[in-house]
Amino acid sequence: MKTVITSSGNKVDAKFDLRFGRAAWFCVFDDTTGNVEFIENENANAGNGAGTKTSEKMVELDVKKIISGDFGPKAKDLLEKFDIQMVIIQNDEYSISDIIAKIK
Amino acid sequence: MPRRRRLRKVVAPPAFKGYRPYGANNINNEPVELLYEEYEAIKLADYEMLNHLEAAELMGVSRPTFARIYESARRKIAKALVETKEIKTVYGHAWLDKNWFNCKDCHAIFTIPKTLTEQVCALCSSKNIEPINK
Repeated sequence: MKTVITSSGNKVDAKFDLRFGRAAWFCVFDDTTGNVEFIENENANAGNGAGTKTSEKMVELDVKKIISGDFGPKAKDLLEKFDIQMVIIQNDEYSISDIIAKIK
Repeated sequence: MPRRRRLRKVVAPPAFKGYRPYGANNINNEPVELLYEEYEAIKLADYEMLNHLEAAELMGVSRPTFARIYESARRKIAKALVETKEIKTVYGHAWLDKNWFNCKDCHAIFTIPKTLTEQVCALCSSKNIEPINK
């Protein structure tokens, strides 16, 4: 099962990013293989619709769980429709590796 | 960057997508966007007759914030009536009561989609979770 964690950088020691649609990077963690992969968010500087475009991308990637600081209204609706689990953490002190350690 | 908005709790979203005036000669076609939390504020204060403090507690915001949401809601409705505008409901900064859970161990807030059967925390797998409502 794939989990996406919004990240401010492309390394596991990077800080967690509280934004979803405009997060700098996405960390894709696969808990069956233990694979960690970073994908740059091309919508980070989009004028509008970042949340929608990012949600569509998550569906494409077949992600089942997303960990972020907040989800916009449109993103929430879309993710709910596709049965993707949303997790909100409001602590930006976490690094990506802290979060991966928690969900393992 | 301004402080992020705290999410307002909405027990049930409005059962309609909007309202449209009829019998008007020229409907001003730019709709007024009523947010879910504004609908909720009107419902709690004017339909369920709660006072602002009780209503604010139910929505998980402070009383002054509740008053602001309520005032904005009233102004939007007044504007729609006077200027014969359509009212559309939009999501706003709400979270819906039934789908969200809070983990008492790691304080994460998460949803449990209907495809999952296990009721555990999405982050730390703790069973010590509760639906967010009072």
